[in-house]
Amino acid sequence: MASFSFDVAHMLAGGLVLVSFMMLYQDRLYSLLNVLALHAIMLALSVAWQAYIQHAPHLYITVALALGFKAIVIPMALRRMVFRMGIHREVETVVGIGLTMLVAIALVALSMEVMLPVTTHSDPMAREDIALALSVLLIGLLMMVTRRNAVSQIVGFMSLENGIVLAATGAQGMPLVVEISVAFSILIAFIVIGIFLFRIRERFDTVDDQALDRFRGEH
Amino acid sequence: MSMVALVLSGAAALLVLAVLGVVCGRTGAGRPLIYGGSLLVCIAGTVIAGMSIAGEPSTIVLPLGLPWLGAHFRLDALGAFFLAIITIGGAGASLYALGYGRHEHEPLRVLPFYPAFLAGMTLVVVADDAFSFLFCWELMSLSSWALVLSHHRDRENTRAAYIYLLMATFGSLALLLAFGLLAGPGGNYAFAAMRETAHSSTVLVALVLSLSLLGAGSKAGLVPLHVWLPLAHPAAPSHVSALMSGVMTKVAIYAFVRIVFDLLGPPEWWWSLPVLSIGGTTAALGVLYALMERDLKRLLAYSTIENIGIVFLGLGLAIAFRANGMAGAAALALTAALFHAFNHMLFKSVLFFGSGTVLVATGELNIERLGGLIHRMPYSSAAFLIACLAISALPPLNGFASEWLMFQSILVSPDLPQWGLKLLVPTVGTLLALAAALAAACFVRAFGITYLGRPRSAVTEQAHEADRYSLAAMIGFAALCVVTGVFPGLVIDGLAPAVHGLVGARMPPQLSLPWLSIVPIADSRSSYNGLMIFLFSASSAILAAFVVHRLASRVVRRAGLWDCGYPGLGPLTQYSAASLSQPIRRVFGSYVFRSSERVEMPAPGEMGPARIRKTRHDMAWEMLYEPIVAGVAFASERLNMLQFLTIRRYLGFVFVALVFLLLALALWQ
Repeated sequence: MASFSFDVAHMLAGGLVLVSFMMLYQDRLYSLLNVLALHAIMLALSVAWQAYIQHAPHLYITVALALGFKAIVIPMALRRMVFRMGIHREVETVVGIGLTMLVAIALVALSMEVMLPVTTHSDPMAREDIALALSVLLIGLLMMVTRRNAVSQIVGFMSLENGIVLAATGAQGMPLVVEISVAFSILIAFIVIGIFLFRIRERFDTVDDQALDRFRGEH
Repeated sequence: MSMVALVLSGAAALLVLAVLGVVCGRTGAGRPLIYGGSLLVCIAGTVIAGMSIAGEPSTIVLPLGLPWLGAHFRLDALGAFFLAIITIGGAGASLYALGYGRHEHEPLRVLPFYPAFLAGMTLVVVADDAFSFLFCWELMSLSSWALVLSHHRDRENTRAAYIYLLMATFGSLALLLAFGLLAGPGGNYAFAAMRETAHSSTVLVALVLSLSLLGAGSKAGLVPLHVWLPLAHPAAPSHVSALMSGVMTKVAIYAFVRIVFDLLGPPEWWWSLPVLSIGGTTAALGVLYALMERDLKRLLAYSTIENIGIVFLGLGLAIAFRANGMAGAAALALTAALFHAFNHMLFKSVLFFGSGTVLVATGELNIERLGGLIHRMPYSSAAFLIACLAISALPPLNGFASEWLMFQSILVSPDLPQWGLKLLVPTVGTLLALAAALAAACFVRAFGITYLGRPRSAVTEQAHEADRYSLAAMIGFAALCVVTGVFPGLVIDGLAPAVHGLVGARMPPQLSLPWLSIVPIADSRSSYNGLMIFLFSASSAILAAFVVHRLASRVVRRAGLWDCGYPGLGPLTQYSAASLSQPIRRVFGSYVFRSSERVEMPAPGEMGPARIRKTRHDMAWEMLYEPIVAGVAFASERLNMLQFLTIRRYLGFVFVALVFLLLALALWQ
């Protein structure tokens, strides 16, 4: 049973990393949002499995939060935003997909290389989870760095946060309060960013952050 | 209730007064309430200090601060001695401020911070772990910073406060690091634990020594860390200047003594080398700066630097003697240093009080524009004169007693085994002698130009005597100068427990000696009797006055003043401050200040006057601080680029930094 539950947890966390990779090569906003929803569903599955094997019922609340907010509410809201801004047909110029993928692979290797030796003495499940969570986090950051559209930067941020939640649930004994407060801070960040997006758009007629630089007279 | 608990409740009462200062600072009751309250607390504190200086140390641990450490407080003999300095100085300043504070335009900027400043200093000397020490130290620094900034509309004062804040932060950082090293990897931040640890590594000891010299020295005003002091001390209201110069610098000395004599363990002889050389340099340079200064309060601040140098010189001697097992000589040097610290509190307070009364009476601190004040302000000028005599180390006043003890301990130095010390100690002794002589010149100049002669400008003609509170504080402290000078045995014997706790020996008991002489080592070597000198000088002065006034011819003859054949002598033909110090500037200034004088003659036929142009450089400022400022400016210029990047670049920086750290972690394992 131990090895089975380990394998399943490993698979679900690995799936999350895989979905992160999928995110990297989406160049249309709608499909990117779909992948974000999928990302949240993978996270929910992974957390649910953790809740089952750790017998930690409070983790189901996290699952509900992930499914409700991250898989449904936020993608829907972003979709409406994109639609209202009329940028759903825009094809985003992504910095060389191949290069980004290579960097992402290197990041996954790096996080394995860093995390596995550090945590030799801890629970193997938590080890794998944390290493994979770190890769999700790094890929999310990479996404934010390589994209120019503010909406895809939000998506990168959300996936980064999913990585944090994965790490938190993998480690046993994480208090619920911390998770809930993380979830709420993400929600608030989302609202703030959303408002800013509309403000930026009202003023500059675009959500491409290069416009802001042009406005500042830098380029 | 133990003694230390009483001290803590006194500090708490001061903090309550600080809150009251915020509440009723604007009302008329604020000033008498705050200063009167501070005066009462300080008097009570003096009594507590006097009672506990000879008693057993009392300790208390409060459940404040770090959860696993608590806040330790302890009142031992050393702490009690410095507590006495703080409370006596605080009582004098509070009494003075009862009258002087009336002239404060914005009392709300002074009243809340004044008791907080006193509380901070009081708590520093009873703190018994690194965290409470640094916390109280910062309370002291920040409240005094606020007081420096109380007249903030003057641009000079804002600059002074800014430099002070920078130096105070630097000093606290140095002390923080010193305590961190003393606590070791185990993190024993209680002083009791540090005391028991043997600090054997030479590198560590050298680091702690230099950090405590930097930390305490920057607060005390050791050259070249003194630059803030002559700016900040005069910027505050005069009673606060007195506290900062007379008392806060002593708290810095306390920090140095506590770390080096108490926490760092038995000394090595080489510890004394930096202390002695910095002390000697500070003493000589401080008084040279003071001699060149025209602003009365700034002159006093520079003279504080000189006296701090003298105290550190004594501390260096004590380290040298103690490291060589000469406990008696070490006790002598340490007593001299602490005695001088006490004396400096007394006379420097009077001098700053006096400068405050001058400021109130004339609105002027530039001594070139003062003069003749002795006729308008007879009582305060008498007190100022006594303090000038004391700080110039003239017998029978207290400054002489402590500096004489210092010289006695320098005369023991040929017994030291190390050749380095055998050569260094006479050198710094020469510097000390030079400083004492120049200090006398400096205060002849300060008193003579300010109070004697004819008024040099119209402002002095409307001057009036100070109020009775200010006079009471000044005359009281001047009387204390005389008493401790005539009976130095009182202070020496009072210091004995503190000295014994630090160097393991004490000076021989002095009060039991016949005729109240003091004998530092043995009868065969030297002794001094302040009472005898006092009686002799007083009786000969009375006799001379009697002879002059009673036995001389009573015929009065009035005649014109001998004017060297140059009629119409105005006030400008008097000696001026610049002319009095010119010979000394010529002798020392060309090296120390790179000063130069040039006469600029107008071209033939031109109607303009000839001018004499003097230039003077502050070497510490130019050689140490300006390069640092230039370096910081250069670096910030370079870093300024980072302030105008795109959002994605910033994210990229975060990303690259994270990946870099992770890589470093992966490779380092």
